Amino acid sequence: MAEAQLAATPSAVAADAPLLKVRGLEAWYGESHVLHGIDFDVAPGEVVTLLGRNGAGKTTTLRSIIGIMQKRRGSIAFDGVETIRLPSRAIARLGIGYCPEERGIFSSLSVHENLLLPPQVKPGGLSVEQIFELFPNLKERLASQGTKLSGGEQQMLAIGRILRTGARLLLLDEPTEGLAPVIVEQIGRTIARLKQEGFTIILVEQNFRFASTVADRHYVVEQGKVVDMIPNAELDANIDKLHAYLGV
Amino acid sequence: MFELLGIPPQALFGQLLLGLINGSFYAILSLGLAIIFGLLNIINFTHGAQYMMGAFVAWMLLNYAGVGYWWALLLAPLVVGAFGVVIERLLISRLYRLDHLYGLLLTFGLALIIQGLFRNQYGVSGLPYGIPPELTGGHNLGFMFLPNYRGWVVVASLVVCLATWFVIEKTKLGAYLRAATENPTLVQAFGINVPRLVTLTYGFGVALAALAGVLAAPIYSVNPNMGADIIIVVFAVVVIGGMGSILGSIVTGFGLGLVEGLTKVFYPEAASTVIFVIMVLVLLVKPAGLFGRNA
Ligand SMILES: Nc1ncnc2c1ncn2[C@@H]1O[C@H](COP(=O)(O)OP(=O)(O)OP(=O)(O)O)[C@@H](O)[C@H]1O
Ligand SMILES: [Mg+2]
Repeated sequence: MAEAQLAATPSAVAADAPLLKVRGLEAWYGESHVLHGIDFDVAPGEVVTLLGRNGAGKTTTLRSIIGIMQKRRGSIAFDGVETIRLPSRAIARLGIGYCPEERGIFSSLSVHENLLLPPQVKPGGLSVEQIFELFPNLKERLASQGTKLSGGEQQMLAIGRILRTGARLLLLDEPTEGLAPVIVEQIGRTIARLKQEGFTIILVEQNFRFASTVADRHYVVEQGKVVDMIPNAELDANIDKLHAYLGV
Repeated sequence: MFELLGIPPQALFGQLLLGLINGSFYAILSLGLAIIFGLLNIINFTHGAQYMMGAFVAWMLLNYAGVGYWWALLLAPLVVGAFGVVIERLLISRLYRLDHLYGLLLTFGLALIIQGLFRNQYGVSGLPYGIPPELTGGHNLGFMFLPNYRGWVVVASLVVCLATWFVIEKTKLGAYLRAATENPTLVQAFGINVPRLVTLTYGFGVALAALAGVLAAPIYSVNPNMGADIIIVVFAVVVIGGMGSILGSIVTGFGLGLVEGLTKVFYPEAASTVIFVIMVLVLLVKPAGLFGRNA
């Protein structure tokens, strides 16, 4: 499985070239200017987090990457392809999977239909069986209505359904928000496992203790800008600074 | 044979059959409206005109090209559905980011234009369209006489409605449709071409209307006003069933046709208003409609 993922990496891109390169990203909700020039890189196989206070622009950054911010400007290159002008369906087809903050489970679809909804965009996704291995709960609830699941199960479904698609970059927006500690742990193990399998992950988190258990690097977002980058190994040394950023 | 409340069974079942026929058209038409409303969020006021176009295309196929009923049943929905696709791409798609009211005004205006054009060309007296030879005649069922064509209309409508329901509720394509109805942005973010889904859905809803038009042609005559007459009742059916509910529009369509038929038997004076009375009552008690999800 790990080999399959690695084999899917185009040889044209050097090993250390970023898989995702964001430069001067700006975005608007209507007239309200929310992102003011976001810059960051994500290397293939890396797990990076976006940390920041409420309203800093983390979700908007993910929404811009997947292309559902109507008004966005700057540059987002995925695997060398500029995506800033592409419609979101074309961006997804390049191999990006999106798990929204509100989870986006469809209530008129069964769990099984929710799981199978996102089409395969690239070869090499997980099989349904492998997804059940990661999230055994889902297997027992296949016939249920999607939104009848518990919050934790809905989160598993929201992550699980983008693992099938062959996307190599996963955008996870606060996957642990509001979940019980055991579930948070399970999602942490899953993210670690996905990293092993070669997935590249951008994780938005409020909970940086959780983030520190899975991430390689942390970007700090403040008022629509990336203001700092802290490698996970240096997190302890920078803990006071981080507290100041996050206001905790 | 028995009598019911002094009503001879021939009259009772005759009216019930008429009700069922009307209900068939209500069901197909409100089903199309419900599908379109679900995904596009517009009330397709052109629906009646598109139903009328279906009947006219069948008439034209026969009179200009010698193409008969059975081919018309296939071709007219395709032609009118394609016309719907063009309308959606050219006009309706420009309105999605605006208030619903614009879609309503556009489709209402289109309906008036289309009806006007057909009235101008063909007058309002109605053009005859014969029952296909395979379906002339009828069967004496003992308690009533069942004309074959009418039986066919009821069966065909049921099959079309149930097949549509099946596709929407039980297939992958239907899952896309339901998901896009709920959250088009997210479906698009999974790599699905939602604008194309929307266009095809509109085309399909319109094709359903046209199919109803072909089925109706041999029963009512082919008339530019036939859509305007029926569509007001169909809107009431949609309101009663609940906007956007697939099963609701089917059940309500057939059910209200029957209620209308029964009213004709027991209290004929109210037959043409009973559906609107029910609409008012439903709006008072359950504004989302009998099968509607509360917003
Ligand atoms: N739909 C919207 N319309 C208008 N403004 C919005 C909308 N969504 C978010 N915003 C604003 O954009 C800014 C950035 O929001 P965003 O959701 O990206 O923040 P966030 O970092 O994800 O916050 P949180 O931690 O609360 O999820 C905030 O000021 C927010 O109020
Ligand atoms: Mg957020």
